[in-house]
Amino acid sequence: MARRVLMGNTAVAEAVRLAGVQVVTAYPITPQTVIVERIAEMVERGELKARYIRVESEHSALALVYGAAAGGARAFTATSSHGLLYMYEMLWWVAGSRLPIVMAVVTRSIGPPWGLHSDHHDALTVRDTGWIIGFASSVQEAFDMTLQAFKISEDRRVMLPAMVALEGFTLSHTAEPVEMPDEKSVSEWLPPREPLPFKIEPGKAFAVGNTGPDEVTMELKWLAWRAMERSRFVIRETDLEYAKRFGLRSYGGLVEDVYAKGSDYVVVAMGAWCGDLKEAVEKLRGEGYRVGLLRIRYFRPFPWEELREVSQNAKAVLVIDRAVSIGHRGILGLEVSSAIGDRVPVKNVIAGIGGVDTGPEDFYSIVKTFIEEYESGSIEGWSIPEWYMPWMGVVSK
Amino acid sequence: MGIVYKPIDPEKEGIEDLEILSEKLLSKPSPGSAGKTGTWRLYKPRILVDKCIKCGICWLYCPEDTIAWPYRGLPSINYDYCKGCGICANVCPVNAIEMILEGE
Ligand code: SF4
Ligand code: SF4
Repeated sequence: MARRVLMGNTAVAEAVRLAGVQVVTAYPITPQTVIVERIAEMVERGELKARYIRVESEHSALALVYGAAAGGARAFTATSSHGLLYMYEMLWWVAGSRLPIVMAVVTRSIGPPWGLHSDHHDALTVRDTGWIIGFASSVQEAFDMTLQAFKISEDRRVMLPAMVALEGFTLSHTAEPVEMPDEKSVSEWLPPREPLPFKIEPGKAFAVGNTGPDEVTMELKWLAWRAMERSRFVIRETDLEYAKRFGLRSYGGLVEDVYAKGSDYVVVAMGAWCGDLKEAVEKLRGEGYRVGLLRIRYFRPFPWEELREVSQNAKAVLVIDRAVSIGHRGILGLEVSSAIGDRVPVKNVIAGIGGVDTGPEDFYSIVKTFIEEYESGSIEGWSIPEWYMPWMGVVSK
Repeated sequence: MGIVYKPIDPEKEGIEDLEILSEKLLSKPSPGSAGKTGTWRLYKPRILVDKCIKCGICWLYCPEDTIAWPYRGLPSINYDYCKGCGICANVCPVNAIEMILEGE
């Protein structure tokens, strides 16, 4: 076990090194670039024996690791924002072909205008592709989640690609102490990849995903759906096993529960700002409010069972969203409503789009307003987005 | 409660699913898997043996892999699968392939 002070990006690169990744493709985009720069240095120094390939676009970055994984290699790439959108087509091919690739997505807003700071639009717009999508909330978690992503995604029960989202700058460029297991114990836990579900080799010709009957299209979707359902067990299991084996922290599987279970009011959010949100929740608890935070760690598979369980006795649920589906509501808000909206009132607040600063005081007032609205009985507007859609931090007059 | 999907044995189901997957996702090429595609042909390539310089370019370019070419020898066309696209005639450097209307 080593303890080092690392930035989020460097921590991801360290996890890639420990996982013994064999092929890395790189196309620069802020704020992700430092990840592939660090990996390039590791390859240069011989610390990581990987093929490091510079490509001409993000589409090619993913296409190339697709090929590498189809050839049986453990493969990794990283991107952000517009880069992820440029990969969109390949995301479906990778997931549909069930290749266990790991990709870090350092979240960044999507233009216009060009912006560098974080919101969740990039990672959430690819939610239907069949990728496992995790959201880290600390540098340590970005490290743990990346390492675990290889284990989960390569598990025979799963065989789906996994994305680790970490907030641009807030995590990617912020240094925190990180505990890292040593190389030997990681390689015992994460042996070289099995060449599953297939392996392309010279002399053994076959086509992947050739034109087929309609029924095959439907069946492949069904198989991916079942695998994603099974990944719930594997994610929970891996979280516990990793913690036990390396003496590190178990986060609680698909969610992290911070006083949420049994509380009257449950706040649901995702990503790095949950640190500030936790501070606000603790302050409110100090003032006697029975409120807790349920932090979503994995957006896919979506933790609807955990949500139902935790909010069982809750009076109301608040979802603080960092991405909005224009024409409907916040993306996380929609997902939470679909899981528990039939049993408990759900309020949805949009904040922090494009990196607009949202600190503990803002969270304090958002959560307090929500509780006061519920207690004074003025919640009818919560379900009418056109009429009542609170946007926090919009400056237009 | 909505529909809850819980596999009895995730390990077993995972392996079974991967077997179905590779059967459905992967296809192995084999001659004539789409039937005798030669019947689609409107024009038929004919190699003029006297002109041919045995370079193998037609063999290299045929998209249907229906031209056999013994190294530096005379190419021959398998008309069961030749679709008559005319690419061979087009790439032949000495115009040793002519396209003739089927049935003539
Ligand atoms: S006509 Fe087309 S398919 Fe037929 S032999 Fe020539 S290149 Fe091949
Ligand atoms: S390309 Fe023309 S010259 Fe060359 S082998 Fe074919 S028919 Fe003969």
